[in-house]
Amino acid sequence: MIRFLSVIMAVLLSALPLRAEIAIQQVTSPSGIKAWLVEEHSIPFTALEISFKGGASLEAPEKRGATNLMMALLEEGTGDMDARAFAAAREALAASMSFDAGDDSVSISARFLSENRDEAMALLRGAIVAPNFDQTAIDRVREQVLSNLRSDDQDPGKLAAARFDALAFAGHPYATSRDGTQETVSALVRDDLIAVKNGSIALDRVYVGAVGDITAEELGVLLDTLLGDLPAVGASMPDHVDFGANGGVEIVEFNTPQSVAVFGHAGIKRDDDDFFPAFVMNRILGSGGFASRLTEEVREKRGLTYGIGTYLVPKEHAEFVFGQFASSNDRMAEAIDVVRSEWARMAQAGVTDQELEDAVTYLTGAYPLRFDGNGPIANILVGMQMQGLDVDYIATRNDKIRAVTREDIARVAAELLDPDALLFVVAGQPEGL
Amino acid sequence: MLNRILKALGVAALLPMPAFAETTTSFTLDNGMDVVVIEDHRAPVVVQMVWYKVGAADEPAGKSGIAHFLEHLLFRGTENLAPGEFSETVAANGGSDNAFTSWDYTAYHQRVAADRLGLMMQMEADRMRNLKITEADMLVERDVVLEERNQRTDSDPGSLFSEQRNAAQYLNHPYGVPVIGWRHELEKLNAQDALDFYQEYYAPNNAILIVAGDVNPDEVLAMAQEHYGPLAPTEGLEARVRPQEPPQLSERRLTLEDPRIGQSYLLRSYLAPERDAGDQKTAAALTMLAELLGGSPTTSYMAKRLQFDEQIAVYTSAWYNGMSYDDTTFGMVIVPVPGVSLDEAETAMDRVLAEFIADGIDAEHFERIKMQSRAGQIYADDDVASLARRYGQALTTGLTLADIEAWPELLQSVTAEDVLEAAQTVLDRNRAVTGRLVKPEILQ
Repeated sequence: MIRFLSVIMAVLLSALPLRAEIAIQQVTSPSGIKAWLVEEHSIPFTALEISFKGGASLEAPEKRGATNLMMALLEEGTGDMDARAFAAAREALAASMSFDAGDDSVSISARFLSENRDEAMALLRGAIVAPNFDQTAIDRVREQVLSNLRSDDQDPGKLAAARFDALAFAGHPYATSRDGTQETVSALVRDDLIAVKNGSIALDRVYVGAVGDITAEELGVLLDTLLGDLPAVGASMPDHVDFGANGGVEIVEFNTPQSVAVFGHAGIKRDDDDFFPAFVMNRILGSGGFASRLTEEVREKRGLTYGIGTYLVPKEHAEFVFGQFASSNDRMAEAIDVVRSEWARMAQAGVTDQELEDAVTYLTGAYPLRFDGNGPIANILVGMQMQGLDVDYIATRNDKIRAVTREDIARVAAELLDPDALLFVVAGQPEGL
Repeated sequence: MLNRILKALGVAALLPMPAFAETTTSFTLDNGMDVVVIEDHRAPVVVQMVWYKVGAADEPAGKSGIAHFLEHLLFRGTENLAPGEFSETVAANGGSDNAFTSWDYTAYHQRVAADRLGLMMQMEADRMRNLKITEADMLVERDVVLEERNQRTDSDPGSLFSEQRNAAQYLNHPYGVPVIGWRHELEKLNAQDALDFYQEYYAPNNAILIVAGDVNPDEVLAMAQEHYGPLAPTEGLEARVRPQEPPQLSERRLTLEDPRIGQSYLLRSYLAPERDAGDQKTAAALTMLAELLGGSPTTSYMAKRLQFDEQIAVYTSAWYNGMSYDDTTFGMVIVPVPGVSLDEAETAMDRVLAEFIADGIDAEHFERIKMQSRAGQIYADDDVASLARRYGQALTTGLTLADIEAWPELLQSVTAEDVLEAAQTVLDRNRAVTGRLVKPEILQ
C-alpha cells in the first residue's frame, strides 16, 4: 500500500545508527580539510557527500531563491564547457552529481567509478569552484524554477505548509520558501548568484563523508584538489527564532475534494537532554507508521485518512513538532478532533510499558538497517558531523534509547505537547471548521 | 533460471549463477513456489519479498480495485494473527514492511535484521493461505482506500490525466482500468469479492519468493521448505490470458482541463511491444531509443533540439519500460515555454521526431548511454533491495532469470539501425494517444 511518506525532512540523527562493523576513519587532508571515511572496496566506486552549513537561510529576504537557483546552476557549465558539454562529460564517465539547497545547508552528492575517479573529480571541481553562471543558463534554469513555483501554487500541501511557516516563523528566513517567489526569483541577477555562492560554499563550514573504493590517503589528496580553492570564510549565520504562532485552525481556501492539514507547535532541540525521551515518545505518538497511535486512531479505526505522520524537527535555528495528513473535506473536522485528543492523552498519561518496550525494540532493532549502500552511509557520516556528534556516538546511541523510561516520557510529553497550542493549517474546503 | 530449474523433489538443486555481478541462486519448491536468493554480505540485513503473479489486470470485470484492496486487507489479520499484528511484529523486530500492487503483480516485503528471516517467512506464509476478513475491518479499510484514491488520484490532476489516457490507450485490455479502481466500483467492493480473488490467486504455485541480503542459499531453502513448503497450491490455476487490443485504426486524442494545474503540457504514448521471454531485442532497442530521445534533461535529442536549440520547451522527456506482461507503451512529454501554445509544441515535437529518424544517431551520444548502462551494473550491486525489486518485476511479467541475465548484454549489442527501425515501427500516431493537460484560461 506504499504507506504515506512525508516530504518534509524528518531525518533525525538519533534514528541513524551505525552497525558496529563499519569502521569510520577520521581523515584530515594535507591542507586541513576534515572528512569521515568508510573504506568499502568490494564494489569499484565511491560515494562522496559534501555539505556546507548555512544554506538558503543565509540569503537576504529580497534575494529569496538565490541559493536554490545558484545550486541548480552549478552543473550548467564551467570553463569552456556549457551545460550540455558538462552533462555529456559526466555521462561519458558514468558519474552522478547532484546539487541541493536546503534551509540549513547546501549539499553535493557524487558517485563515481574507480576507473575514472580523477576525471570525474576534475569535472566536479569545475562545477563547485568555477561555475560559469552563463546568462543563457541562468535564464533557462530560472524559467524551470518559476515553472515549479507555479505548480506549487496549485498544490494544497505546499500551500498549507507555506502558511504554516509564515505564521510560525515571522521575521525569519524560515517564514518563506527557500525556492523564493515569482518576484524575487525574477529579479535575481548573476552577481546575486556569485554572492550567495561565496557566502554558502566556503571551507569554514564544510563537512565531508566518503564511502567506497578509496583509501584515506587518496581521499585527502582528492579533497585538496576538489575543494582547496574555495573561499576560506562564508557568510554569518542567522539568529535563532522561537515558534511564534498561536494554536487554532487556519484555512487556506482551495478547490479540491480532499483537504490537506499540516499541524505543529514548539519543539525540542537536538542537543537537549530530553531529546531521546521526546524521540521515543514521538515514535509512539505519530512517527511509527502502523505502530503509532495516530495511525491507529485516524486511519485504522476510523478510515479518516490514507496516512498521518508526526515528526520532531530540530532545525539549525528553530525547533518544532510537525505533522500532516489528508482527509476528505467532510471528514477533516473529525480527524482534527482525533489528533487533538491523542495529543492530550499523551500529554496527560504518557505511554504504557508495552508501548515503550515495542518502541525501544523497534528503534534499536532498526540499528543496522539504515546502512544499505555507500551513498546512504556517506550521507549519515555528514549528518553526524553536522550535528556535532563524534564517532563514539554510534556505540552509545542504542543505550540512550534503552535508558528512556516511562517517567521520562510522561514528564517530557507533559512539557512538550499542548493540544491548545497546536496550529492546524488546512488547505481545501473543509466542512465544519 | 526458471526455465531450467530442477524441480525440487525432496532435494532441490541450487544453481549459482556467476554470470551475474551479484550472486544469485534459484530453486523451486514441490508445491510450485519459485525462490530466488540474491546474496549481499556487506551488512547483516535481509529483504524478503513475496510476489504474486496477479494484479489489477487480472480482476473480474466490474470489480476494479479488488487486487489493491485485497493487498490492504492482507494487513488486517489471519486465523493466527490479529489485525495489524503482522506489521507490529515486523516493527517490534526493528524492521519495516509494506506492499504494492500493479497491473501485473502484487508484492509484499519486509526489511529486517538477517537473523529474523525465519519469523518473516512464517508470517508471510501464514497470510498466503489463512486470511480472515471481518465485515467491520473491510468497511474501514475500504474508507482508507477511498482516501488513498482521494489523495493520490482525485487530488492530483496529473494522476487523473494519466487515468484518462490509459483508458483511451487500451480499448479492450484491462490495462485501461486504473489499479486503484474506478470510484463507483471501489465504493461497492465487499469482503467476498476480496476472498474469492484471494483464494484463487494467493497460492505457492502463483508466487515467487525473493530473498536478498546477508543470507546463505542453503539456509534460505531449508527455511522456505519449512514455512512455504506445506502450503497447498491452487489446483487448475489457469494461464494468464487477458483480452487483447484490437488493431488501432485511428489516432486518439484527448484534452483534460483542470484549474489546479500549474503548467499545461502535452503527453503522447504509443502502444509498444514489451520484453518477452527469449525475445527482448525490440524492447532493448526501444529502451535505447527512449534514452537517446529523452533520457536526459540536458543531452538527449529532444532536449537538445526543443529546449536548447529552438527554446520551445522548458522540459521534455521520453521513457519506455519493457517489463509488462502484455503490450506496453512508449511515452514522451513536452512542457512548452510560456508563450508557446500546445499546438506549436506538438508540431515541433513531431518535426524533431522525424528529424531524429532522418539524421541518424550520434555515435558519441550512443556510446555514452552504453557506458552508463555498463556502470549501472556496478552501481546496482550497491542496492540489493532495488535488485530484488527488479527481479520480482521481471519474473511476474513473464520473463525468466535467463532473460534477466541476458538483458545487459542485449542493451550493449543494440545498433543504431536497430534503434531507427524500432523508432519507425513504434512512433506512429495512429497507434498512439496524445493527451493535453490544460489550464482552462489558456483555451479562452
